[in-house]
Amino acid sequence: MISIKSISKSYGAVRVLTDCSVSVSKGDVMVVCGPSGSGKSTLIKCVNGLEPFDKGTIEVNGASVGDPKTDLPTLRRSVGMVFQSFELFPHMTVTENLCLAQRKVLKRPIEQSRKRALELLQRVAMQGHADKYPSQLSGGQQQRVAIARALAMDPTVMLFDEPTSALDPEMVGEVLDVMVSLAKDGMTMMVVTHEMGFAKQVANWVVFMDAGRVIEKTPTDEFFRQPSSERAKDFVCSIARS
Amino acid sequence: MSDLDWDVITRSLAYVLADGLGFTMKLTVTATLGGIVLGTFLALMRQSRLAIIRKFAEIYVDTARSLPLILVIFWIYFLLPYFAQWVTSAPRPVSIDAYTSAFVTFTLFEAAYFAEIVRSGLRGIKRGQIDAGYSLGMRYPQVMTSIVIPQAFRNMLPVLATQTIVLFQDSSLVYVLSLTDMLGAATKVAQRDGRLVEMYLFVTVVYFAISFTASQLVQRLQSRVASPR
Repeated sequence: MISIKSISKSYGAVRVLTDCSVSVSKGDVMVVCGPSGSGKSTLIKCVNGLEPFDKGTIEVNGASVGDPKTDLPTLRRSVGMVFQSFELFPHMTVTENLCLAQRKVLKRPIEQSRKRALELLQRVAMQGHADKYPSQLSGGQQQRVAIARALAMDPTVMLFDEPTSALDPEMVGEVLDVMVSLAKDGMTMMVVTHEMGFAKQVANWVVFMDAGRVIEKTPTDEFFRQPSSERAKDFVCSIARS
Repeated sequence: MSDLDWDVITRSLAYVLADGLGFTMKLTVTATLGGIVLGTFLALMRQSRLAIIRKFAEIYVDTARSLPLILVIFWIYFLLPYFAQWVTSAPRPVSIDAYTSAFVTFTLFEAAYFAEIVRSGLRGIKRGQIDAGYSLGMRYPQVMTSIVIPQAFRNMLPVLATQTIVLFQDSSLVYVLSLTDMLGAATKVAQRDGRLVEMYLFVTVVYFAISFTASQLVQRLQSRVASPR
């Protein structure tokens, strides 16, 4: 479904990704972890073409992201993305946030997009806040709305870029619950996160990155039982301590 | 002060307000709306990936902002006919009336100022908002019109209003084209009837009242529509 092959990327002289290869199959839940600055967020933003890359190829649902002939907006319709800082549109209500792209991109009639929006708000337990503005919601609530907004496009795969890092600790759980239920429903997911509890619970693959390289990609049980690299071992220990 | 004739104001009220202020308002509204639309395009052009488009907008804005409005009004009025002649290859300079010339000049000139305001407004929108739009499959024009521009304009409202008020006051420069705006109308009456003090006091009050009310209204509007943060 997603196949990343030998991706490299530099910002000027600074190398941020070196020869990264990862693939995600349908129904996989892949957690990408690693110390900050290791290139996780950059890698996931390459998947839907928000970040250009210099070398290598990325294919999503058979379309090549780096190919100038690929129509990125079309490709992105089937790839939902959730951001660290939510990025709800502050000048629109919750419902309008969910309907905007349905109307503009999928050309869904207004009634149908409102219906879909309400269904999804129910799913993330936000139906009571449909007419509020993002600024009236807590961080956890905003992030749940942001997940619903991405789901409104009926994506086949969801990307999460540190979805709980900007949240107060007491709100992390409510967002993870939504993500767990999504995983259990069989959504294909690539998740950049430090939440190892989430990884243990639903991920079937863990990718460990450091200094712009993919150090290992292992099945979850194995990763936690016995990380194959020293650095991953240190990382798992440091996360466990915190 | 006893020999002041306040009656001159009532006598000339229709002329000064309907003809004079009417023209001032028409010019202000046209140049503001046209300037904002054109200015928005210029601001977007300055973000273009194509150097030539970027450069064109940059030169346009920098040139307009480096010249006094009164000179530009003058130049366009005298040069535009020759330019139109050259474009249409007419046998003689195409005569363009002062009225049209004023509207064109003010719009083109104000566009440069509005472009700078819009540009800083656009820069105030976080990259994450744009990414969020793109990640939903939206295209550049959709991201701009639905996400970036509406937010940017909410934040720019006070500065846009200030610029509009400045424009409203600057519109009296049309006297160089012998057009009659509010100040021009008042001046004519003042000179005809020898009532300078009365007439200039009157237009001062009107300018002040309109500008002051406008800025108060905008402050209220701003607090209502500003993007909640």
